[in-house]
Amino acid sequence: MSDAATSRQAGEVVLAARNIAKSYNGVRALKGVNFDIHRGQVTTLFGENGAGKSTLMKILSGVVQPTSGEIVLDGQPIVFSSSTDARNHGISIIHQELSLAPNLSVRDNIFMGREITGPTGVNYAEEERQVRKLLEELEEDIDPLTPVEELRLGQQQIVEIARALSVDSRILIMDEPTSALSATEVEVLFSVIRDLTAKGVSIVYISHHLEEALQITDHAVVLRDGNMTAYAPRADIDLEWIVRNMVGENYDLGNPPTGHEFGPVMLSVRDLTVPDPAGGGYNVVDRMSLDVRAGEIVCIYGLMGAGRTELLETVAGKLSATSGEIVLEGKEISHLAIGERIARGLALVPEDRQRYGLVQTMSVGQNLSLASILEFTRGIFTSVRLEQALIQKSIRDVTVKTDGPDVPIGSLSGGNQQKVVIGKMLATDPKVILLDEPSRGIDIGAKAEVFRILAHHAAAGQAVVFTTSEVNECLSIAHRIIIMRRGRISAEFTSDITKEKIMAASGEAVAA
Amino acid sequence: MTQPSANGISAPATVLRGTTSPIKLLLKGRAFFALIAIIIAFSFLSPNYLTVSNLLIMSSHVAIYGILAIGMLVVILSGGIDLSVGSILALCGVVAGALMQGVELKPLGVILFPPVWAVVVLTCALGAALGALNGILIALFRVPAFVTTLGVMYMARGIALLQTNGLTYNNLAGRPELGNTGFDWLGFNRLFGVPISVLVLAALAVLTGLMLSRSSFGRWLYAAGGNENAADLSGVPVKRVKITVYTLSGILSAIAGLVLSSQLTSAGPTAGTTYELTAIAAVVIGGAALTGGRGTVRGTMLGAFVIGFLSDGLVIIGVSSYWQTVFTGAVIVLAVLMNTIQYGARGVRQ
Repeated sequence: MSDAATSRQAGEVVLAARNIAKSYNGVRALKGVNFDIHRGQVTTLFGENGAGKSTLMKILSGVVQPTSGEIVLDGQPIVFSSSTDARNHGISIIHQELSLAPNLSVRDNIFMGREITGPTGVNYAEEERQVRKLLEELEEDIDPLTPVEELRLGQQQIVEIARALSVDSRILIMDEPTSALSATEVEVLFSVIRDLTAKGVSIVYISHHLEEALQITDHAVVLRDGNMTAYAPRADIDLEWIVRNMVGENYDLGNPPTGHEFGPVMLSVRDLTVPDPAGGGYNVVDRMSLDVRAGEIVCIYGLMGAGRTELLETVAGKLSATSGEIVLEGKEISHLAIGERIARGLALVPEDRQRYGLVQTMSVGQNLSLASILEFTRGIFTSVRLEQALIQKSIRDVTVKTDGPDVPIGSLSGGNQQKVVIGKMLATDPKVILLDEPSRGIDIGAKAEVFRILAHHAAAGQAVVFTTSEVNECLSIAHRIIIMRRGRISAEFTSDITKEKIMAASGEAVAA
Repeated sequence: MTQPSANGISAPATVLRGTTSPIKLLLKGRAFFALIAIIIAFSFLSPNYLTVSNLLIMSSHVAIYGILAIGMLVVILSGGIDLSVGSILALCGVVAGALMQGVELKPLGVILFPPVWAVVVLTCALGAALGALNGILIALFRVPAFVTTLGVMYMARGIALLQTNGLTYNNLAGRPELGNTGFDWLGFNRLFGVPISVLVLAALAVLTGLMLSRSSFGRWLYAAGGNENAADLSGVPVKRVKITVYTLSGILSAIAGLVLSSQLTSAGPTAGTTYELTAIAAVVIGGAALTGGRGTVRGTMLGAFVIGFLSDGLVIIGVSSYWQTVFTGAVIVLAVLMNTIQYGARGVRQ
């Protein structure tokens, strides 16, 4: 890239990505990325979900190997065989989901796998001394002997950082380090980052909080659909520049279906309150109310932890609410089991298709028919003929590309697997269909097809509610956009709203 | 973002779909070929092995394990395990024995001798109740299946020992004047020359096979075992499925207990010790995945016959029973190894 020449003045390049590309199962997650990481500076990766940030980080930290391209460390091309190998070269990664053992103490976590041993076994006193010194440097008042599970999430993050520093990392990759932190904890983290960069440590930073990231970064790399769309130093960029490069100018998923009247209210949620299923002691959904009409497509936008998933799971019957009503076609359904709600015409397409969507031991056809078994059961036996008819109709309806209904579900690409999950729920002939992040982890072509299917079903009179973390998806096909923030609706828009306003209402573009 | 786990299972599963290559065919039908190999090998070693009468005798031995293995299969398909089948078999056998000896009602001063059909029904009900206890603890109270059934295994064995004070009921024939004869019919009689116990096994296998392949319950079971979360969100009543499979396993243990007591014409509290392990072995040799969601009745039956025909064959050619144990163990390890190859790393995960 032409930037490479100019960037040499800014600081010594310690690590560089050269034409890095990566494909998974035929889906190209990264398509040739070039950028430099400078000594003692912060480089931030911007991009929507699925843009390839996580893949890029995994490659830089040795977790996966690129399909093509190379990593250059201190001017020498290098191949990391594993994350341990990368760590031995001074590159550490702090994952969004922390990788600490909650039952072990802070000390044991920091020295996990490389305990200091002497003639009498592990030298706990020496370990403890080093941990105290590290935590002092980080200005964090944590006792090294505290079990990690007793620490707040923010403190756990500090422990992860301490662990990375304890192996003398020169390059520290942080994946959404602030997503679980309070505003004061973010300040502490930023001062830690400034101290680290002053000592010559390079930081690779990933965050959805754009303004927050702008406070700390020295360079910005923007990814979109696996392509690097921009790379520039902090002085040349602003928030608007990032959003423009993240979202793209001509990024079209279609338009909201028009030409049909909305029918009566199909789903009505009243004052729904749901406690944190993980036992956090707060409400993930907080007295929320929502009406959805037949033929309408409603998009729920929000950041991670805004309560979108929990809202949909409660409506579908997986979680239970402490108060509030869920009314489907005028009938209260809160007391019904999931299967009964499906029978009444309410279907949920879950977010994580591997864990909640697909039965990996079953074929494509058996997955498609799973939610409709009783439809093709006559007496005590299932009818092979009726089932095959249903499967064939589903395959056509959601345009699954498969070698036939009997192949294993794992042989399909991510986008087609997602279509199977959607097709399974559409086969129940729902009146209201809820989709949690239906575009997660699928490529742009499959995304467009998924949204075309949703538009088609809305036009046929079904009510559609979907969540997303990508503003563009809201804008392209939703009739109504609801912004969720901390379990409540913080704003509601029609589809003629701008991206910036949506991001502002979600708390994304504004430092929390 | 992407699905590495999907990559992991798709490759071997896709490869195995094409049954053109002889090695893959051999791997897919391994339990069948193993059974054929056993029969051929022992036929050379002993002239008496491959005779109709010997095959039927061996089959009647297989019946007990086979019935237990059917129950074990449905439990394993759901992703669980049932260690209590051997003990439930013993307790049900002992209770059946006690019922045949007569139930004394002290306040009324009479001894009731229930007819054989009532003994069978009551015994099966007891098995069902114990199985349902397993299922309720596992599905509703989320006690791990291994621990629940281990506990019930000890309790059932203990109650069986208490019931008889460690002794064995010997006379189960009943008396014509009391109208409770016929208990030995299960273990001794033949229909068209085939032992009743083998016919019972065949009937149960066919019924279970139909249930698994053709009923909606069968589909629910495979789905719940393959991915409980996905099944739940697709409206499958996962808890009901789990309670049902353990109840079925309990009933089948009771039937096995009746057949065994009838064959032995006695009911002892130590009967069926370690039979749960043989049943698990039969299911595993039959190609089922211990992680749930994969397995067939046909495979499990082949597994039961492999174990039964192998150990009886070793007896016939006069190999020490200690060696039988070694051989059985080797077959089990080999079977799991093959499962691992067939299902990729998934089969042994967790």
